Amino acid sequence: MSINLQALSAQLLVGLINGSFYALLSLGLAVIFGMLNIINFAHGALYMMGAFVAYFLLNLAGISYWPALFLAPIIVGIFGMILERTMLQWIANLDHLYGLLLTFGLALIIQGVFQNYFGSSGLPYAIPDALKGGVNLGFMFLPIYRGWVVIFSLIICIATWFLIERTRLGAYLRAATENPTLVRAFGINVPLMITLTYGLGVGLAALAGVLSAPINQVRPLMGADLIIVVFAVVVIGGMGSIMGSIITGFTLGIIEGLTKYFYPEASNTVVFVLMVLVLLVKPSGLTGRTT
Amino acid sequence: MSKVITRLLLGTTIAAATATAAAADDKNVKIGVLTDLSGIYADLAGPGSTLAAQMAVEDSGLKAKGWTIDVISGDHQHKPDIGANLARQWFDREKMDMITDVPNSGVALAVNNVVKEKNGVYINSGGGTSDLTNAQCTPNTIHWTYDTYNLAYGTGTALTKAGGDSWFFLTADYAFGAALERDTTNALKAAGGKVTGSVKHPLNSSDFSSFLLQAQASGAKVIGLANAGGDTSTTIKQAAEFGISKSQKLAALLLFLTDVKSIGLDLAQGLSFTETFYWDMNDGTREFSKRFSARSKGAAPPTMVQAGVYSGTLHYLKALEALGSNPHDGAKVVAKMKDMPTDDPLFGKGSIQPNGRKIHPAYLFEVKKPSESKAPWDYYKLVATIPADQAFTPLDKSTCPLLKK
Repeated sequence: MSINLQALSAQLLVGLINGSFYALLSLGLAVIFGMLNIINFAHGALYMMGAFVAYFLLNLAGISYWPALFLAPIIVGIFGMILERTMLQWIANLDHLYGLLLTFGLALIIQGVFQNYFGSSGLPYAIPDALKGGVNLGFMFLPIYRGWVVIFSLIICIATWFLIERTRLGAYLRAATENPTLVRAFGINVPLMITLTYGLGVGLAALAGVLSAPINQVRPLMGADLIIVVFAVVVIGGMGSIMGSIITGFTLGIIEGLTKYFYPEASNTVVFVLMVLVLLVKPSGLTGRTT
Repeated sequence: MSKVITRLLLGTTIAAATATAAAADDKNVKIGVLTDLSGIYADLAGPGSTLAAQMAVEDSGLKAKGWTIDVISGDHQHKPDIGANLARQWFDREKMDMITDVPNSGVALAVNNVVKEKNGVYINSGGGTSDLTNAQCTPNTIHWTYDTYNLAYGTGTALTKAGGDSWFFLTADYAFGAALERDTTNALKAAGGKVTGSVKHPLNSSDFSSFLLQAQASGAKVIGLANAGGDTSTTIKQAAEFGISKSQKLAALLLFLTDVKSIGLDLAQGLSFTETFYWDMNDGTREFSKRFSARSKGAAPPTMVQAGVYSGTLHYLKALEALGSNPHDGAKVVAKMKDMPTDDPLFGKGSIQPNGRKIHPAYLFEVKKPSESKAPWDYYKLVATIPADQAFTPLDKSTCPLLKK
């Protein structure tokens, strides 16, 4: 097989775009798992809600893409915090399995409700005017919107990493996961911090949803299709590792892009093959700490 | 004593009466709509197909004549094993008589075998593969609404003759995609075109950019989309993003009304495609569609697949009425259905060929410009009508073993 360099670079770039979504979503999962010890299976459903909220804002209230980019994560984040307060906090000290079952059930309910009202085919959401069109890079035609997705999600990923690993607030958070009683003794409201963290993780999912609305169709199952891959990304990167999930997200997007070029039929299995390989060699993931 | 005898006699009489009813005068019918209730084809078939079957039962008027007809529905989840198992259960436990719809050719082929084994009736509307009336044909199956040959012949020939003589295929990686690519390749070669390449994508993908870039690099004049439902609408949206629609023509080989809605007229305008039914064709289709959308989810008018379920079920019930009772013998009922000419407001007059292919005219449509669309769901513009005798595989080219008797 002859390798066409132009086509190859185009596939690499496309892989990077998909990688941005993987990174944003797995980052949210990593934040939630790292701080709350919950495997958030509702992540895909919340990502879908982000896209739907953007769609509602546009069609019911006339609020455009740009404000929606901030409003939708806040709205869905608040929804997430309500979930945490009313349900998730009661199972925080139980086995992982309980959290997994509860969030999986929530995901099914949320998706079911949306499917009941909106069916399964997508709703159109236009690309904002400022980002329409594309640039010819010589080796490919890059839609401006997709370029924006890569840059914006990179910024968000790095900002989140900075917030948790390099600020005082992040230090409190990490301390609170290690020993909540001790942190509480310093006068810090730990339950509130946990709730806000869950809200942040959910907000990241919703943000990815808004970003993806103009590219993928806004449809109730959009999250269900993606979340399994994202979980594989998290497992490969190492559960709970912030930087690990960001790097793995982008890398796997690129590997998937390459597979689509060399052997398209395997493009939706390659991530899982990699997951098996990584688990065999390093059961805690590439950057995970063994506990 | 006499009381006991009377009771006994009475009991025997009733038992005897019931037994006769079951044998010669059985008017119980069970119809199973096996469809996609939750996946990417749920809008173009799904609950709407169940509604269509129910409406056919109501419109047949058989209930008033003492028939008991039950319609149940099931979800095949796009998995041939699940679909086949469900069909088997329906026959074994529910005494099912007829199965209809089955969007997803892979599942359709699996169900086709089960129905033959159980001697039921199978009226396919949603599955596209033309194999159902060729190598895989059975005395129990009727392929009602459309098939891959019919789509390929309509759209493939028309576009090739209009100058699009080199094609690149973007094909869904399952039975339907393969059949559609094969049939379209034959049609466009016959019209003087050639195929420069193809790429297979997994069913239900969310990102087509890699595949589209390969299609773009091929330099073919036409990119043929041998996929369906959500896959088609996502491909078309993303093709616009990569500026493909400007340099190359997209051929959506199978496009449904619900897909056009989800793409939006802005991007869908100008697409040409083949269908055998559109809600806004004539008074008959409009009258039915009005009744349908009053009861459907989101007030959507019927798609081609749902219309086919209605029309097929109605003809099935007419055949049962003509037989006088339900023989619970699938091959016998299908033979009767083939003997009778078909006629309903949705597809007009037609007939069923010996290989199980129902024939009726097909239409080449074009998606309207946003400015031409006057009402919700007003999407199609009729370009050409393909007569019934040309729209489907000619009988002498069908490889169905039933024809070789």
